[in-house]
Amino acid sequence: MIYTLHVNGEWHRVDDDGQTPLLWVLRDALRLTGTKYGCGKAQCGACTVHLDGRPVRSCSVALADAAGAQIGTIEAVGGAEADAVTEAWVARGVPQCGFCQSGQVMSAVALLRSNPAPTDQDIDLAMSGNLCRCATYPRIRAGIHDAAAALGASRS
Amino acid sequence: MTWRRPRFGCLSVAMLLLAILILVAVIMLRPQPQPQSGRLPADDLRIENAQLRPVADFVAIADPSARSVALFQEAGRVIQHPRCLNCHPRTDRPTQTAAMRPHMPAVTRGPDGGGDPLLRCSTCHNDANFAASGVPGNPKWRLAPIEQAWQGRTLGEICRQLLDPARSHMDRPELLHHMAQDELVGWAWHPGADRTPAPGTQAAFGALIAAWLDTGARCPA
Repeated sequence: MIYTLHVNGEWHRVDDDGQTPLLWVLRDALRLTGTKYGCGKAQCGACTVHLDGRPVRSCSVALADAAGAQIGTIEAVGGAEADAVTEAWVARGVPQCGFCQSGQVMSAVALLRSNPAPTDQDIDLAMSGNLCRCATYPRIRAGIHDAAAALGASRS
Repeated sequence: MTWRRPRFGCLSVAMLLLAILILVAVIMLRPQPQPQSGRLPADDLRIENAQLRPVADFVAIADPSARSVALFQEAGRVIQHPRCLNCHPRTDRPTQTAAMRPHMPAVTRGPDGGGDPLLRCSTCHNDANFAASGVPGNPKWRLAPIEQAWQGRTLGEICRQLLDPARSHMDRPELLHHMAQDELVGWAWHPGADRTPAPGTQAAFGALIAAWLDTGARCPA
């Protein structure tokens, strides 16, 4: 069956089974390989994308349920929050192996969009579904604080 | 002529034993295929899908109070099943699997039971079970209010809790509707993947609750 997806501001027609995970449509059909396969069970967060602005695990979203929604992936995430996170990530050298980082960034951006000045507890809550086998969690948390501070400074 | 003991007899036996030992070692240490897609041990705690006793089975109990208690105890096999208890935690954290281990990832209840605003249940759970990932789903996916915490409580305590509108937030007709017809409660019999469903059917469970209410809604001690 043919589904119409709105990904990163562009419309795509995808001919696939409606129960195909969105992750595989993004990676295999649309060649957006920045979104990673980690566990396939919504347990690790590596495949996090934005669906109508909220973070979701694309391995656990059916193609049929994503049709018509606004889908955002790491390739095109933008705006003040994304810029601040990117700069903080580079400045702190947050990633180690980097495999989980597209998911971490997507969750961090979603967090800052809903809470521009998160506490440590807020960050731990929001990011607890994104695992990092290199255990870069302290740098992720510090990077989010840096990004929040930069956002606050730019707004004042 | 005298008999002579064969030479190297002990050596032959020793060589034979050594060869056997080497053969056993080779067999034991040969390359083994790695297990594929192994599951966590707790996921293997499967319980056979059991049936509920029908209401008719309890008609023989002459004393209405005793019958009412017996009906609720039978319904309690559903109420205290992991499919139900996992979402009736006594903390702000749900549990999961038949082993009722802490939910992974570490999510919290949030103001409406649907997860903290920063990590909603809907980040992973959708309107239906999703076979590809094995993640369960329902349009009403959320935790029961903390006043309806069932984990760690006896069946009698749960019974009295259900009958207390201040804690259950339901009068008796609403309670019956919740048990017999609520679609999130109904998920317990259609949990998807390899999860063991609650005993019986929602209809059989609802009939037990209705009969329990009709017989005075007595609670176990």
